[in-house]
Amino acid sequence: MTLLSMQRDMRAWLVHEDEAAAARMGARAHAGFGVYQNNYRAQLVACLESSFPRTRAWMGDEAFLNAAALHIDRVPPSSWTLDAYPHNFPTTLSALYPDDPEIEEIAQIELALEQMFVAADGTIVAVDDLQDIDWDRASLRIAHTIELVDFRTNAFALWSAIAAGDQPPTVEHRKVSDIILVWRQDGQCRIRTIDQTEFQALRALRAGTRFGDLCSDAAILFGQERGTALVGQWLGKWLADGLIAAID
Amino acid sequence: MIPSFAGFGLGLRKPHYAEFLEHRVSVDFLEVISENFMVDGGRPRQILRDIRARYPVALHGVSMSIGSADGLDAAYLTRLRNLIDEIEPLFVSDHLSWTRIEGFNSHDLLPLPYTEESLAMVCTNVDRAQDVLGRAMLIENPSTYLEFAPADMSEWTFLGRLCERTGCGLLLDVNNVFVSATNHGFDPRAYLDGVPHEHVRQIHLAGHSRGEQLLVDTHDQPVALTVWELFAHIWPQLGPVATMIERDDNIPPLAELLAELAAARRAAAGDMPVAA
Repeated sequence: MTLLSMQRDMRAWLVHEDEAAAARMGARAHAGFGVYQNNYRAQLVACLESSFPRTRAWMGDEAFLNAAALHIDRVPPSSWTLDAYPHNFPTTLSALYPDDPEIEEIAQIELALEQMFVAADGTIVAVDDLQDIDWDRASLRIAHTIELVDFRTNAFALWSAIAAGDQPPTVEHRKVSDIILVWRQDGQCRIRTIDQTEFQALRALRAGTRFGDLCSDAAILFGQERGTALVGQWLGKWLADGLIAAID
Repeated sequence: MIPSFAGFGLGLRKPHYAEFLEHRVSVDFLEVISENFMVDGGRPRQILRDIRARYPVALHGVSMSIGSADGLDAAYLTRLRNLIDEIEPLFVSDHLSWTRIEGFNSHDLLPLPYTEESLAMVCTNVDRAQDVLGRAMLIENPSTYLEFAPADMSEWTFLGRLCERTGCGLLLDVNNVFVSATNHGFDPRAYLDGVPHEHVRQIHLAGHSRGEQLLVDTHDQPVALTVWELFAHIWPQLGPVATMIERDDNIPPLAELLAELAAARRAAAGDMPVAA
C-alpha cells in the first residue's frame, strides 16, 4: 500500500467510519482508530461550540450538538485553519431549520463577529485629522466592514438579548430586512443596525462617490436642509465609530 | 546546525496573556501555536507582537502536514513565512505526522508508516518548507495510537535519518515518547537513547490521560512521574536545549505551571520530583 492510499483510507475512516478502509491500512492496535476518530470529531465539535455560543444558547444544547454532528458528517474540514470550519455551519442550520430562520441568522451574526476579530488591520481617521479638507471633492475610504443584509427576522434583537443575558424577545418575521453592520474599532468588534439610506451611502462611498456628490444626492432625495443634516450625522457617527479609513 | 538556546519556558495560552503582558514572568521563552497567529490582523496578532517585545518566542505548528503524500500547502507556508519574518522566533517547529490530504484537513496529528517511501516524502516536504521559510525547522515526535505493518524502521531511526538528510532539528516530546512506548510496547529509554542527541534543540514536557485501552496525549494533566524519570534520563545526554511545559487543556493558574517549570529546572539539576 502506498502512502497516498493509506492517507486516503484514513480520511475515509475519519469522515465515514469506513471499516473496510481501516482494515486495508494494516495497522496494529485497532483500538487506535477509535482514538483518532474521537479526536477528529471532538475537535470539530469544540470548534463549532466555541464559534456559536449564542446560537447554542438559543437552540439548546441537544439540538446544537445534533446539528454539529450532522454538519461534521456533511462537511469535512478543508482549510489548514480551524477558523474556516464554522463558515458553512449557518447553511447547515438553514437546511435543518427552514421554518426557524432566526437560528441561521443568529449564527450569521456570530460568524461575522468572529471573522471581523481577525480581519486585516487598517488605518482610521480621527476627528483631529480633519483639517484643510475640501469636502466637495473629498473621497472617503470606508474601513473593512461586514454587512448582513438579508435577514428575515429580528435576529439582531435576539442575539443582543442573549449576549446581554436578558430574556430574548419573541421571534418576529420582517418584511424589510434589518441591515447589520460589523466592524472593528480599537481591537474590539462592534455591531449595530443601520437603515437602508445609510447602507446605500456607505455603498456609494465604497464605489468611489465623492462626499460632495453624496451630499447632493441626499439633498435631492430629502431636501437641502434634511439631506445635509443627515449626511452630517452619518459623518459624525462614522468618525466616532472609526469607520473612515482615509480621506483622499 | 540550528543554534541552541538553553532555557526553560511555557506554552503561551489565552488565560495567561494578561499576566505575561503586565508582569515580567520568570520564563526564558514562550512557545505559541503558530496557526493561532497566522491571521490577517486584529488583537491576536497584536498580542503576539507585544509578547515578542518582552520574551523570546518559539513558533510551534500543528497544520503544516509534513507527512502529506500530496505535498505541502503553499498558502500555508506563505502565511507562516510572513509570521516568522515579523516575530523572528527562536525556533519553528511542527510534527512528524500528517493532517491534510487532497483538500481534506483532519486537524488531528495522524500517524505515518515508518517506511522508506514515507521518509522520502517527508524529506521532500521538509526541504521545501525550509526553502520557503528560509530557515531550518524542528520536527517533533508525535504521540501515536496506531502502528503500521510493514515498517522499515523505528520512529527514532526515521527521525535520525530525517535530520541527516534535511538538516532539520528535533523537538523531543518526552511525554509523547512515553505515550507511544506504552501504546506500542517498546522501551522508551531505547527510544531516547536512539534519537540523534546532537539534533535536539527543544524538549516538551506534558501530561497524558489513560483511555479505555491506550494512553492519550491530552495535555490536560501535570507531567507524570514516569515522564519526569525519562526527562532525567535524557537530559544529561543532551547539549543546551530549550525545555518547556506544554499544557493545552484544563489549564491551571499560571502559578501552577511556573511551579511545574521550577520542577523541570530542579530535575535538570538532578533533583527529581517525587510522587505527591
